[in-house]
Amino acid sequence: MTIAHHPGLENLMSCSAGSMPEAFAAVMASHIGMCPVCRMELVLMHDIGVELFSSLAPSPLAGKIPIMAMHRAEAETGGNAAPGRSPDGLTAGGMPVILVQYAGDELDKVAWRRLAPGVQHFPIALSAGAKGNLRLLKIAAGRAIPAHGHRGSELTLVLRGSFRDETGLYGVGDVADHFDETEHQPVADPEGGCVCLVASEKKFRFKSVVAKLFQPFTGL
Amino acid sequence: MAEFLNRIATKGDAAAFRDLFEIYAPRVKAYMMRQGADPATAEELAQETLLTVWRKANLYSGDRGNATTWIFTIARNLRIDKLRKETTWVELPEGRDEEASDDPLPDERAEVKERQKRVQAALAQLPADQHEVVVLSYIEGLTHSQIAERLRLPLGTVKSRMRLAYLKIREAVEDLK
Repeated sequence: MTIAHHPGLENLMSCSAGSMPEAFAAVMASHIGMCPVCRMELVLMHDIGVELFSSLAPSPLAGKIPIMAMHRAEAETGGNAAPGRSPDGLTAGGMPVILVQYAGDELDKVAWRRLAPGVQHFPIALSAGAKGNLRLLKIAAGRAIPAHGHRGSELTLVLRGSFRDETGLYGVGDVADHFDETEHQPVADPEGGCVCLVASEKKFRFKSVVAKLFQPFTGL
Repeated sequence: MAEFLNRIATKGDAAAFRDLFEIYAPRVKAYMMRQGADPATAEELAQETLLTVWRKANLYSGDRGNATTWIFTIARNLRIDKLRKETTWVELPEGRDEEASDDPLPDERAEVKERQKRVQAALAQLPADQHEVVVLSYIEGLTHSQIAERLRLPLGTVKSRMRLAYLKIREAVEDLK
């Protein structure tokens, strides 16, 4: 897998800071799991956070230091050195490892719901307070990908196949990082179609625009 | 600091923990308050951060980065989890990337120190407007849109300031990689 399109460095910084809106952080994490280049950037970005943290003026504690001797019995022993989930790419079924618990481990077995002719999706639930939304999107060969005169940011990661728009060809692992009002008209690969993970700031408004956007791609 | 952690890890040394707590808990509290927690919540989260250090000290090894890095990582994750109540999608390397530390060079420790020094200097030399957005992102936990709103700037300006700041810092350490 050769990744040609990376997310913006400023978005990686936001991830490092832990300040990325949740839906976008999920797309970023999926990409990061697939991309050693971005993982290297994150290491340095983490140093920035550590440095800023170190330079904070301490805020004295009101309470006492907890007595620790009692708690030693519950200390965790050995085992896996990596706490929590650490993203490491895709499953054999093409799913980002970090999404397995939400969407299963195979793209082919996702409970796709039809959204429009040639377009299926699978929404992924976010935490209660999170804004924006996150979904898997499956576009049939040669179809235009919907919802693209977007209002607000959008981040798209290709998981299978490819799509093309005015800014280039996006293959597996590539991220299309659109934060402005760019008008673009991505079209799924004319042979294999495309499966993407998409975070968007605003609700998709498929229904109102479906008729307009979903003409089959006939230009090839 | 690494020495304290090693004593906690190997001997369950409560005195070493006490020292570590006195140094780091007030800093974590300050971080949590800047992230928007009230003082009581910030203090709870500081305690919880240090308790995690206590519980997991045996998972720490000195060559995986310094104690500050490790403690900051725990605090950052706890903030996403407890303060924002969101999933921590992007896990950070606790210390250096494994790919990098598989093959430890004899002078790696010196190199880590040198890198920290350069990051510190590069941060201090950033133009004020770039420094500001970096701090708002890392220390106040604001999204790019929130920073844009706070500073009454177009979103694109916030993003390009962040990017420029990072490129300068990266340039400052480029030859160390």
